[in-house]
Amino acid sequence: MSEAVFVGLPRRLVKLTIDGREFEVAEGSTILDACRRMQIDTPTLCQLDNLTPVNVCRVCVVEVEGSRVLVPACSRKVEAGMKVQTDSDRVRHSRRLVLELLASSVDMSLCSPQVHAWMGRYGATPSRFGDQVATAAQPVKIDNDLYVRDYSRCILCYKCVEACGVDAQNTFAIGVVGRGFDAHISTEFDTPLPDSACVYCGNCIGVCPTGALMFKSEHEMRAAGTWDESRQKVTETVCPYCGVGCMLELHVQDNSIVKVTSPLDHSVTSGHLCVKGRFGFEFVQRREAKR
Amino acid sequence: MDIRTTGGPATAEEMAAVDGLLGEPESLWEGGERRASDDHLAYGGRATRSRRHLLLPVLHAIQDRSGWVSRGALEYACRRLSIPPAEAYGVVSFYARFGLQPRGALSLHVCDDIACKCSGAEELCAALENAHGPSGVVWHRSPCLGLCDRAPAALVERAGMQHKDRQIAPFTLAQAESILGGGAWPEPATYSMPRQAQPKLLRRIGAVDPESLESYRLHGGFTALGRAEVIGSDAVIREITESRLLGRGGAAFPTGRKWESVAKAAARPHYLVCNADESEPGTFKDRVLMENDPFAIVEGMAIAALATGCEKGFLYVRTEYPLARRRIENAIAQARAQGILKLEIEVRRGAGAYICGEETALFNSIEGKRGEPRNKPPFPVDVGLFGKPTLVNNVETLLNVVDIVVEGGASFAATGTKDSTGTRLFCASGHVTRPGIYEVAMGTPLRALLDTAGARKVQAVLLGGAAGSFLTPDQIDVPLSFEGTRAIGATLGSGAVLVFDDTADMKQVLLRIARFFRDESCGQCVPCRVGTKRQEEILERMLGGRDGDGRSDVLLLSDIAQAMRDASICGLGQTAANAIASGLTQLKVLNV
Ligand SMILES: Cc1cc2nc3c(=O)[nH]c(=O)nc-3n(C[C@H](O)[C@H](O)[C@H](O)COP(=O)(O)O)c2cc1C
Ligand code: SF4
Ligand code: SF4
Ligand code: FES
Ligand code: FES
Repeated sequence: MSEAVFVGLPRRLVKLTIDGREFEVAEGSTILDACRRMQIDTPTLCQLDNLTPVNVCRVCVVEVEGSRVLVPACSRKVEAGMKVQTDSDRVRHSRRLVLELLASSVDMSLCSPQVHAWMGRYGATPSRFGDQVATAAQPVKIDNDLYVRDYSRCILCYKCVEACGVDAQNTFAIGVVGRGFDAHISTEFDTPLPDSACVYCGNCIGVCPTGALMFKSEHEMRAAGTWDESRQKVTETVCPYCGVGCMLELHVQDNSIVKVTSPLDHSVTSGHLCVKGRFGFEFVQRREAKR
Repeated sequence: MDIRTTGGPATAEEMAAVDGLLGEPESLWEGGERRASDDHLAYGGRATRSRRHLLLPVLHAIQDRSGWVSRGALEYACRRLSIPPAEAYGVVSFYARFGLQPRGALSLHVCDDIACKCSGAEELCAALENAHGPSGVVWHRSPCLGLCDRAPAALVERAGMQHKDRQIAPFTLAQAESILGGGAWPEPATYSMPRQAQPKLLRRIGAVDPESLESYRLHGGFTALGRAEVIGSDAVIREITESRLLGRGGAAFPTGRKWESVAKAAARPHYLVCNADESEPGTFKDRVLMENDPFAIVEGMAIAALATGCEKGFLYVRTEYPLARRRIENAIAQARAQGILKLEIEVRRGAGAYICGEETALFNSIEGKRGEPRNKPPFPVDVGLFGKPTLVNNVETLLNVVDIVVEGGASFAATGTKDSTGTRLFCASGHVTRPGIYEVAMGTPLRALLDTAGARKVQAVLLGGAAGSFLTPDQIDVPLSFEGTRAIGATLGSGAVLVFDDTADMKQVLLRIARFFRDESCGQCVPCRVGTKRQEEILERMLGGRDGDGRSDVLLLSDIAQAMRDASICGLGQTAANAIASGLTQLKVLNV
């Protein structure tokens, strides 16, 4: 243990002002990092700590002095002397409109309580565009035994595409297809998943913030009205299949595993699993024997 | 990456089209036949992947040969370039020009955009609809084709071994019927002769033979490049800075400052991109320049590359400009053959996406990706094409550069106003008796331009195209300069001057603009993707007289407008509400 280990150059601290308060964060941090350190709750939809920022949803925008337009907090790096406003009229207006426009076009009912709280905070009223507006409504895609895709819930946050691609799985089974309001997530030529390159790692499900991508077990229980998170227990364990040591969170309801996740901040998985850890749990519950 | 293909093989024709561009595949690993050695050895992966940027040229080769892109053909392209099919599908489906359904070899694209509407395009489209069914099969409605000076306009294309495409304007129903019946195509449209007394930028147009380097030389061609080589990079940049030239692509950024940043950028290589995507409705100046003075643009690019240390140049031209493309290609080939042009310049075709005129979307398009703009910063001068420092300039900007190097920056700056130097090209179209390109000194009142172009009983002027805004008759004394238009909340934009007389149906014009932005939004960011859609819907219901309450709809529109302006990623979303807002508030199109 005598060899020196290079831990990178020391990062300088950068001083900026957010909502009138001076604050110092490490160089290279984003405005969002700084806001979080300062306990300023900032809405985000397309940002996730384990994915490259795509800054497409625009719900995190803030006002930066000297900038003609608002800037996305999730990807914009802090600069010395920056003056940031996170709650000005302009910011509140854009955040409200982003949430309203989204919710007027897709079903956001299964988004996290946090998202619903932001809608409340910014006074989002999606119905004000009228009831004759175009939406993404479409039938749920059920083409395999493991997970379903309900794109009428998809907010096009690009997270699943990133997780399927260079940010985790490197499988590239899905992409963004079409343009403008018709843009959507799809396999090539809308091929059913079993014929696509999908390897069922389920990492897209792990990052999806809207419930558009969902375990088939969860989808069926929701349809049957038996899904009840208050009755679910989460048990942490280590995946039994190989020697990598991925941490699993087994979501158990009525003594059955209904979903498997892994924590985003886990050093081994960063939240990502493979098909075995994600879906290979049936042997545990021996449903056949129970019947 | 494991490329999984399930769509069946490509036809021999499609494979030949792809191989014609890429060469024969060398192994199974890049789409070739399986050989014994391929079972044990994988090679060439990096080389194959490094050609990913050729995806659009490959797609054009397929489309030019078959008239559409079949699944087999796309998957063959994926294997040849090592691109996941889902990603490539995302790319093909992004560009309006590529067809994903079987189509006949012949396709007819008819412009139904603003200027053509003023010249009967709607009647033309209605007649075609009657005779040949709705747009999208035999004939296709198209946004502005950049032929507004001879509206109405069309583009006709025939796929096959001998792919042919041609712009036709003015276009008539009789011509449409004849072409669709297999008849001969009328001669290509070129330009309406500019009618200024003393043109400067336009002085060679009509005088020089656009296909002959010798002719260009006789008109003083390549003296600027010669001078630039003598005085060197620093001095050239100094002249440009002194000229106070502002970019003519729409954003009016100081050219000298941009050049200096690229020249100083440490990373290598540096790239040069000439932005010839010109798709702003009502704009056709870059087409006229490329078709009639192509050597000058090549010379401008050579000077820019020399001054900023660019190792390679690209010229990105919209695919709807076939003649311009051929003339530029010819000019590059001749100048290279004669050893005058040392810079390697590749001409890339767009594929029917207005957004690809936005510089960072343009980079993605050249890289073979969906034309989605990138968030800025970082700016192109630091991180541009292929992640390298990149100089992007508009065609007209580069043409100005040629003159500045010869006459000197100070002399150039003597024309125009203090903040807007030189002359500017304006594209007059719509209800004018003499449509065409007008070169005027910056600061000239719009009224003078309208008088020369023959505008009467003006109801409104759309200055700067769809991304610009409407002016009312009492605003037409505005000086045509960056600061003059800014003062009244307008912009020169791309130089489009669309004139509407008292017969124009402004409601239909507003709707067309709303549809344009909804069609052309890349769909990446929420304010623009959903905002442009809602904007169109609300406008439709207001014009349709539904939902009675105009006031609350106006409020909704202005709420959407503010979010689009403030929170969109790029200039498309940021300007998508300008024309409509000015139409409602200034022109009072709806009396609300
Ligand atoms: C939606 C959009 C479309 C654009 N289209 C064009 C275009 O067709 N041609 C062009 O030169 N610039 C276009 N621009 C501006 C370019 O992004 C860029 O500013 C310009 O090419 C820089 O050249 P310049 O400095 O010589 O003006 C467009 C910008 C936006 C936001
Ligand atoms: S499916 Fe989910 S993760 Fe993918 S883009 Fe839609 S909302 Fe985002
Ligand atoms: S503003 Fe519109 S065109 Fe620009 S990035 Fe956003 S969605 Fe795409
Ligand atoms: S969270 Fe920043 S743009 Fe989506
Ligand atoms: S060519 Fe039709 S509007 Fe420009």
